[in-house]
Amino acid sequence: MSNLLVLLVVVPILAAIVSAVGGFRGRHDGWTIATGALLVTVGLSTAVASTVSRTGRISYAVGGYVPPYGIELVADSLSVLLCVVTATVSLGALLFMRRESHSNHFYTVYLLLIAGVFGLGITGDLFTMYVFFEITGLAAYVLVASGRGGAAIYAAFKYLLVGTIGATFYLFGVGYLYIVTGALNMADIAGRLGGMYGSPAVIAAALFIVVGLAVKIPLFPVHTWLPDAHSKAPPSASAVISALVTAAAAYALIRVLFDVFTIEFLTATPLIQTVLVTLAAGSVLLGTTVAARQQSVKRMLAYSTVSQFGLVVIGISIANTTALTGSVIHLAGHAVMKAGLFLAAGAIASSFGATTVDEYAGLGQRAPILSAAFMVLALAMVGIPPGVGFFGKWYIVLGAVQAEAWPVAVVIFLSTLLTLGYFVGLLERIYFGTPTVSKPTAATDGGTSPPQAESDVDTWKLAVVLVAAVGAVGLGFVSTPVAGFLEPVIEGMVR
Amino acid sequence: MIETLTTRYTYVVAVIVIAIGLYVLFDRNLIKKIVGLNIFQTGVFLFFVTAGYRTGGTPPIASAGGGPYVSPLPHVLILTAIVVGVSVTAVSLGMVFLLYETYGTVQEDELREAIHE
Repeated sequence: MSNLLVLLVVVPILAAIVSAVGGFRGRHDGWTIATGALLVTVGLSTAVASTVSRTGRISYAVGGYVPPYGIELVADSLSVLLCVVTATVSLGALLFMRRESHSNHFYTVYLLLIAGVFGLGITGDLFTMYVFFEITGLAAYVLVASGRGGAAIYAAFKYLLVGTIGATFYLFGVGYLYIVTGALNMADIAGRLGGMYGSPAVIAAALFIVVGLAVKIPLFPVHTWLPDAHSKAPPSASAVISALVTAAAAYALIRVLFDVFTIEFLTATPLIQTVLVTLAAGSVLLGTTVAARQQSVKRMLAYSTVSQFGLVVIGISIANTTALTGSVIHLAGHAVMKAGLFLAAGAIASSFGATTVDEYAGLGQRAPILSAAFMVLALAMVGIPPGVGFFGKWYIVLGAVQAEAWPVAVVIFLSTLLTLGYFVGLLERIYFGTPTVSKPTAATDGGTSPPQAESDVDTWKLAVVLVAAVGAVGLGFVSTPVAGFLEPVIEGMVR
Repeated sequence: MIETLTTRYTYVVAVIVIAIGLYVLFDRNLIKKIVGLNIFQTGVFLFFVTAGYRTGGTPPIASAGGGPYVSPLPHVLILTAIVVGVSVTAVSLGMVFLLYETYGTVQEDELREAIHE
């Protein structure tokens, strides 16, 4: 069964090659190839999930070289959750693009990004993790650059610079660990680090890796690339980048902190936790306050990502079972909610030409179904039960209270109020705002005014957004069993 | 201190190269930024390769006589990392080329003005 693990990475890469070759021959079958490949990965990740739930951790030795000498792929309930979410969210974003015309090369890059995220989810080796970071990163830069106009390319260039600096800092930290322990396999390093927690080289390694991952997640004050990159990309690319690439980076932080450095190191070195909790609280406060001031809805959603991942990292830095469970649930829930919100914003922009808060006015009458889905997703993101956003935040707050970290609990409470503030402001415009005078010239390049009725919205787009809205609520109901599924692994991490 | 400098000078050089790379990254010219990025990455590569060195070590080829050998693992890792670095450089140069075609400049501040107009 463990052979299925390697297929999770191989299938999207092979499909990417097929799509690229077809593209060079002038074919336009990228969407079909990508859909086929992602349907296979949905099946694979479900199969791996059921195996893991029956037998626990599974491991695969790449090329038959036994770990710790060879490269190891590992799946436990945590990585399986990331893989299932990745497969379903990326398939959803792909179905959303059914009627859009993209070249085969767009789908090639899209598939490479998914392969990279799967790789990050199942790698058991620090250097392989760097390579998958760069695969994911390169694909994400290109997807952002495929957005409209020079602004998208400039945003992608900034993203590339900062992302590469982050990855290289990560590699530098891995170098320190390699010099200290002579190993790269995560479990092997964890075993060899015992008794060396006070060593300056180990602390330097931890700091460099944390800084590198903080750039990737991203945390305040190195988040500056994110709003441009996430808002300038095409809608479905924004959805996968904002939902999955950030989630994979936060997941990598959990893996490295608890599976490589282990909880004993974190207790022996409070510095790391102090750095993380400060940066994370900064992200939460800055993300929410700046999001509230944005006119562009996509930029608002991008800043909301900064604050939500601040919350996830707060849960990670508290490092008890409850808070860490909350982080993982919020990470998965955020992927569904934020992908749904970006796709809804994309559908609204393409059908009604509305991209700013003011232009959303009166949308409730023109597009009742799309607006309702947007409202459900936004309220789930604020943390109104039974949306999945509530359960993630609830566990994180509960963990903070258990750890008696009162300032952190206050920060989370404040951020929830502020998030409620800006989303309710937007919903108020949608339902009670008077529509601005329609501007026929401000429409698309063709000069035709955008369709003004919901019946004109692409059914594929509408269906995907509706499924995301249902999923955001449905996941809330299964969050308790998911927490139970994660419990053995998380207990082992923070024992 | 002196002992560290004389026996571990390669590590010191690696860190200096990293610092130079980071400094060049703050230039306004996008091409220079890419150059800085490459220098920065090279510093980290040097750091890794240095870790594989041992005094009196021979190349790790089994037919070239007995050991002690230098560690080949960091070399292999860095070979991969160099490939990654080349890909990043290629993509970034492609982006700068497109930006130059669109706006006719590679200066950061001029680009920012042109985009906001």
